[in-house]
Amino acid sequence: MPQNIQPIAGEKSAADGRPSGADGRSLALQNRFPIARFQSLIALFLLCLALSILSDKFLTFSNLWNVMRQISVNICISVGMTLIVLTAGIDLSVGSVLALCGAITAGLLKNGIEIPSLNLFIGFTLLGATLVGAVTGSALGAFNGWAITRFSVPPFVATLAMLTVARGLTMLWTGGFPISGLGETFQFIGTGWFLAIPVPVWISIVVVAFAVFLTEKTRIGRYIYAIGGNESASRLSGIHVSRVKIIVYTIAGALAAVGGIMVTSRLDSAQPNAGISYELDSIAAVVIGGTSLSGGRGSILGTVQGAIIIGVLNNGLVLLNVSPFWQQVVKGLVILLAVIIDKANAKNE
Amino acid sequence: MTDTATLLEVKQITKRFPGVIALDDVSLSIEAGKVTALIGENGAGKSTLMKILSGVYPDFEGEIHYKGEPVRFTGPKDAQQQGVVIIHQELNLIPYLTITENIFLGRELVTQYGTMDKSRMRKKTQEILDRLKLKVNPESQVFKLKVGQQQIVEIAKALLSDAELIIMDEPTSAITGSEVEVLFDIIADLKAQNKAIVYVSHKLDELFRIADNYVVLRDGKSIESGEMAGMTQDKLISKMVGRKIEVMRKMADRGACEPLLEVKNLNLKSRAKAGNVLHDVSFNIGRGEIVGLFGLMGAGRTELLESIFGLHPAHTSGQVLIDGQQVCCDSPSRAIAAGLALVPEDRKKDGLVLGLDVKNNISLTTLEQMENLGTLSDSKECDLADHYIGELRIKTPSKSQKAQNLSGGNQQKIVLAKWLATRPKLMLLDEPTRGIDINAKTEIYKLIIRLANDGLGILVVSSELPEILALSDRILVMTEGRINGEFSASEATEDGILKAAIGATHTAVGGQWSAVGGQTP
Repeated sequence: MPQNIQPIAGEKSAADGRPSGADGRSLALQNRFPIARFQSLIALFLLCLALSILSDKFLTFSNLWNVMRQISVNICISVGMTLIVLTAGIDLSVGSVLALCGAITAGLLKNGIEIPSLNLFIGFTLLGATLVGAVTGSALGAFNGWAITRFSVPPFVATLAMLTVARGLTMLWTGGFPISGLGETFQFIGTGWFLAIPVPVWISIVVVAFAVFLTEKTRIGRYIYAIGGNESASRLSGIHVSRVKIIVYTIAGALAAVGGIMVTSRLDSAQPNAGISYELDSIAAVVIGGTSLSGGRGSILGTVQGAIIIGVLNNGLVLLNVSPFWQQVVKGLVILLAVIIDKANAKNE
Repeated sequence: MTDTATLLEVKQITKRFPGVIALDDVSLSIEAGKVTALIGENGAGKSTLMKILSGVYPDFEGEIHYKGEPVRFTGPKDAQQQGVVIIHQELNLIPYLTITENIFLGRELVTQYGTMDKSRMRKKTQEILDRLKLKVNPESQVFKLKVGQQQIVEIAKALLSDAELIIMDEPTSAITGSEVEVLFDIIADLKAQNKAIVYVSHKLDELFRIADNYVVLRDGKSIESGEMAGMTQDKLISKMVGRKIEVMRKMADRGACEPLLEVKNLNLKSRAKAGNVLHDVSFNIGRGEIVGLFGLMGAGRTELLESIFGLHPAHTSGQVLIDGQQVCCDSPSRAIAAGLALVPEDRKKDGLVLGLDVKNNISLTTLEQMENLGTLSDSKECDLADHYIGELRIKTPSKSQKAQNLSGGNQQKIVLAKWLATRPKLMLLDEPTRGIDINAKTEIYKLIIRLANDGLGILVVSSELPEILALSDRILVMTEGRINGEFSASEATEDGILKAAIGATHTAVGGQWSAVGGQTP
């Protein structure tokens, strides 16, 4: 009897009943402790170890919290990106959507809406302004999903278009100038502390918890994996593929808005060119975290690890005084390496 | 006539796949200047044989002698360079390249400066097209040509590489009458140039027109070969099927039963070309009845199931009723709600999410029942999986095993399980035992019969006649998008069904045959 169960050939070994206990156990063990899931953690650990030896500034509380605060924005965006990539899609518009939502929140908070013809002025509370920002993000995400499912536009193209549109809208809304001076209460979101932990970190914890719950515990989460794994089988199983995709893009849009509000609050200013190339950092986090760009395989926590690796790497390269030009080269090579390792793992599976 | 030298000889070839012997000690010889018809039912081993001859499978037992020398092609390119070319049923042209570019793909002529020698390639292409009497510009893009013309471009490709043996797989399956005539003229020319042609087709009348020799394959064995002259369609058909129903004993006939599914005047428009894929298809299935649907490749069987299941809402017209209630089958979810289940033909492509585990695949159709307060309950999913793993005897190391790691038979059982979980009234089974071994087959047959005894209606599509005969209470035969015959279990014979599938019409009452001709397209 063959010791390892192979696809198809398994029929023979299992022909007279259940396969031997040894086979079953070893497989179950492999499933429970895949090395692949830990390799990014190991990489992160080694990275931190190296940095704490090379720089005495790395392993300090102020630096680490600073890193976490910076990473929070990428984590929020990347969680949404992960959901999309799991369905075998992609979202290039997150950076622009982030900028637009941040700008809208800032603008409403600072200036409100004035309608001179009606002699009307609408002021916004903090809650109102952030809510409108979040709704805007969701709506743009939903629009992405609608264009992709209704007209079969490839996600790459639909969200590329949205990247340009949302950036244009940001410029229109801000007139090309930053909106600054938004008040201390608003700054609390990006710079405050709560229970000895920075507020942005709390926000990203909540976002991650929500997404983990969604992917692991709910029907829609299962559908996301199923659609990415085999869209046609999912459709035949009665899953409303379009509906699930629209929901996923909407969530990603909302999370981009959350990121936008965090960025705006931290800088106390909405920059019209905020979030440029954030989509690339976010895709990098997703990929380094082991999520397959062809869909169906990956996890939220993997992406969190990916985002932390990128953040720590950025921070470390700055601390080590590496020139910004070299930083980009290193980051790019790390992404490539991560994908190569991931491919090798997938082959071994 | 030119000399009848043997060009290629196949000596005792055996080809095994895990769990299946696709070719079993097959021998045959192919003569230059002759058309050899390769005949056999679906699954008889024709495509495996073609793949060996054209170098796709370099790994087999036995020998091939080519021009008197033993050869073993290392790959399709090797076979091509030595003069053996295959023209596949699905054409392998690149649609947005021109005819010239397609013909010279991978063997472009270059000038002395290393750039492409376009004028010389164009001239050469023109010469070949003239020889084949194809009057189109060599610079036109291939996707603009008709299917028949594209086929000629494939032949041109073969001629460019000085092919001596051309294998044609179902060359007339997609082309119209006049294009067939053009093709036959070309074949006659090729014969005159002493090329050997292996012609694979289900259409027996064509074979009688152009073939000189025949080889019959059955169950992976070469049954008989000889000259076409003196053969009749009936003799050929009986050689193709000639076997006892060994798979299982026929069930006792079930009596008349109340209708469960009624399909009335179902039409499906073709997306690719003008005309219909399905023409006014009407039939009933009773509660507890197993209806077999037989047809040759391209008869529209899969499309019929898909249309009933709501996969082509924009192109379908007609009525589908379940229990006398009209079903609005415009999406799979509606069809499922109405009590339908579809086990698709290609379980890897359409049946399973291979990357998900056994448990998650089984629960995929019924996830809304797996919830507690809006979150998925692992224990409910486990219960469901355990139930079906036990009931269908799915062999898997654990229910958390990924579906891709199971054998074909067990994968198919997972697909069946996920549909049984929806408690369907009617199951549409498309080739339910394709590619799985004989034990798993028998188990699936037993399951199907048990389900029918429990009152489910079942429509089984199969290209395997023994399977159809063993399972069905009633048999429908499809040809070119129409129901072309209906047989009760008692009057059904392999010959009769195959004749109806090939195009002769059969009336259920009198059991009489009418002529093959006059098929309306």
